[in-house]
Amino acid sequence: MKLGLVIDLDTCVGCNACAVACKQWNTSGTTGPLSDLEPYGKDPTGVWFNRIRNYEVGEYPDNKTVHFPMSCMHCEDAACVTVCPTGASYKREEDGIVLVDQDKCMGCNYCAWACPYGARELDREQGVMKKCTLCVDRIYDENLPEDERQPACVLTCPSHARYFGDFDDPNSEVSVISRERNGESLMPEMGYQPVNKYLPPRAKTKVQTYVNDTNPISKVKDWVNRLVTR
Amino acid sequence: MHPAFSVIFFTVTSGAGYGLFAITALYQALAAQQVMSPVQVLVSCAIALFLITIGLISSTFHLANPKNAWRAFSRVRTSWLAREGLLAILFYPIAAGYLYLVWQDMQGAVMNATAILAAVWAVVTIFSTGMIYACLKTIRQWNNALTPVNYIMLGVMLGSIIFVIIASIGEGMSQGVITTSAYLIAIAAVSKLVYFFWIGAPAGSTINTATSFTNNMVRLLDVGHTAGTFLTDEFGFEVARTRLLALRWMVAVFAFVVPALMVWLSLASGPVTIAYVVALLSAFGGVLTERWLFFAEARHVVNLYHGSQQC
Repeated sequence: MKLGLVIDLDTCVGCNACAVACKQWNTSGTTGPLSDLEPYGKDPTGVWFNRIRNYEVGEYPDNKTVHFPMSCMHCEDAACVTVCPTGASYKREEDGIVLVDQDKCMGCNYCAWACPYGARELDREQGVMKKCTLCVDRIYDENLPEDERQPACVLTCPSHARYFGDFDDPNSEVSVISRERNGESLMPEMGYQPVNKYLPPRAKTKVQTYVNDTNPISKVKDWVNRLVTR
Repeated sequence: MHPAFSVIFFTVTSGAGYGLFAITALYQALAAQQVMSPVQVLVSCAIALFLITIGLISSTFHLANPKNAWRAFSRVRTSWLAREGLLAILFYPIAAGYLYLVWQDMQGAVMNATAILAAVWAVVTIFSTGMIYACLKTIRQWNNALTPVNYIMLGVMLGSIIFVIIASIGEGMSQGVITTSAYLIAIAAVSKLVYFFWIGAPAGSTINTATSFTNNMVRLLDVGHTAGTFLTDEFGFEVARTRLLALRWMVAVFAFVVPALMVWLSLASGPVTIAYVVALLSAFGGVLTERWLFFAEARHVVNLYHGSQQC
């Protein structure tokens, strides 16, 4: 099995619900707590497995805001595992999930240096490295109803921008959708073969734009309009 | 990259220690006849081991969870950090064996073979320290062959200057010792200057490959957090370009020009210990600055997700 996520950049609305659901599940899960420093202070900071950045892509008028959630890519050739000196970082043979054994980690940060995606964050309170587990303590939990055996971020996404599944199965939802919509890897030139795929935004309908009139009367009108709205 | 003082101190000090040990052992093994007294060799190697040890201890200060440090030797098959750790620890019995033979005033093939083994082991250990950084594809400024070369050359250079001081205090001083040191300073300087040239302007991954939008302009609108994170603290370190340039000049002057002048002047006047001490202090300060710059100038590709256009 090659478990991973597909993220649809077309439908993601950047609401951060996936990040919050992730934090909630994992802070009380097997890798928890995800410590926060100064949570009610001026500069709150803490461990998050999932972070959403917002980009502008293209130039006006053909531009678009793209919300960009990022978590561990569970790379096939995971450099973070290669460089780990203690053996705390490992990639599971059976499903490809990359995990950190909290009892073995010495907090040297070397894996975070090796990761191009910023997927690993040191828990500065506990002194160990933490990262997305693909909700390994959820997806195999037989006490949960079968349709809930998915990562917390996928379950919670209100715009259905996240898919979870097995990329080794060519007919799985994630394989089909990333094939049909040209799912992309991030920074493929690093050669780490990230498993997670990003679906590019669909082609946007062309917006008709108007250039302002230059004759004096419309200029005066424009000026009055601006004045009135204020 | 955030320049952690413990790591800077570790790489410079241990590097100098391994360099000094390698030079001492090689000098004894390759010289036509024994030129340094056993006591002098022992003192030299003891200083080397002291530098190595305080460096290694300092390296554990940057660990967030040092109680697991003993596990760091378990992934020698893939991790350069584990390899470095193991080579550093195994150096101690080899050094002890060599020093025992020196203490016994042993001569001949066994002695020379042990000396050469210790010297090669010391250099390979510095090499693996350099490879810890050079193997990271995420940091273009480190991911090149000059990184381990710089680590080796700067370590050996510092070691050679300490060796010149020790030789000038007791017996065993010769023109050869001084010229060797001068050559090593020159080679170290050239390899570092080539490195500065090599890392030049941004040429690595871009915000386009990082976001998969390779046909368009991409601009970060919002990073998604109001305060810093572990990632911005660790990788977001940035210094003004003019200041970096000034520091590069400082490295050139203090690490290479001043020590070279001091060593070169003494070629004409005969050995002057005080000049070598000045050379060492200057070089040590210069190499510490160099190591600080090594981190400060490194741009991790994760910065592409925090607003950089290219790393």
